[in-house]
Amino acid sequence: MSLDRLMIHDRQTDRRSGWQSAREDRLDPAGSRPDPWIVYARRAALALSCATAAMAQAGCVTVNAPSEPIVIELNVNIKQEVLYRLVAAAEENIEANPEIF
Amino acid sequence: MTLAIRSVLICSLAGLMIASAPASAMQREPAYASARATGAVGEKIDGYLGFTGAPAAALRAVVDDINIRRKASYADRARAAGVTIEEFGFTQGCLLIARTAPGEKYQSPDGSWQTRGSGPAVLDPRCPTAR
Repeated sequence: MSLDRLMIHDRQTDRRSGWQSAREDRLDPAGSRPDPWIVYARRAALALSCATAAMAQAGCVTVNAPSEPIVIELNVNIKQEVLYRLVAAAEENIEANPEIF
Repeated sequence: MTLAIRSVLICSLAGLMIASAPASAMQREPAYASARATGAVGEKIDGYLGFTGAPAAALRAVVDDINIRRKASYADRARAAGVTIEEFGFTQGCLLIARTAPGEKYQSPDGSWQTRGSGPAVLDPRCPTAR
């Protein structure tokens, strides 16, 4: 029952309705009811994939991202770099215009 | 003969350069030089001259003229370095405050006027020379 609901939900949320219907047509030709065995096989495959996913998750080491964003403060250092570069120009300025300093 | 002339020329050129070096370091107008010495004007944090008290009209004119010419030089250098005029002026101010002579006035990081003593000037922590 839950799988049925899941599949119905999946179809409803799929916005590419044209593509969805085309796929459905290909899988289930118009006018013919799907073979129940095919439906069971599909459900079994889905259940199997869910089970393997759950098992894989159980064996994984979970790494949680920090809730707060990582912010690196670079402004101060960039400002300092600019100032150091300007010292040479400022010294030059004094030598070039001694009368105003 | 030519060698002697050449050596005389070289010697006189070298003598001129040596003589002109200290002269260019002290090319201040007398009014500006005395205002610095008496502490009527001081070096501000922003790279310009400031009055420590109420200035005479003549001194105000001299200092205003110097500040205008300072700003023009800052604008040129700032454009060349790709920074703002304020950033360049601040760096220049750090240098000028660090180079004040004992007895001259300078603005400390809190904005108050200080008299330069025999020790180093109190510089803004953002100054590149204050490490």
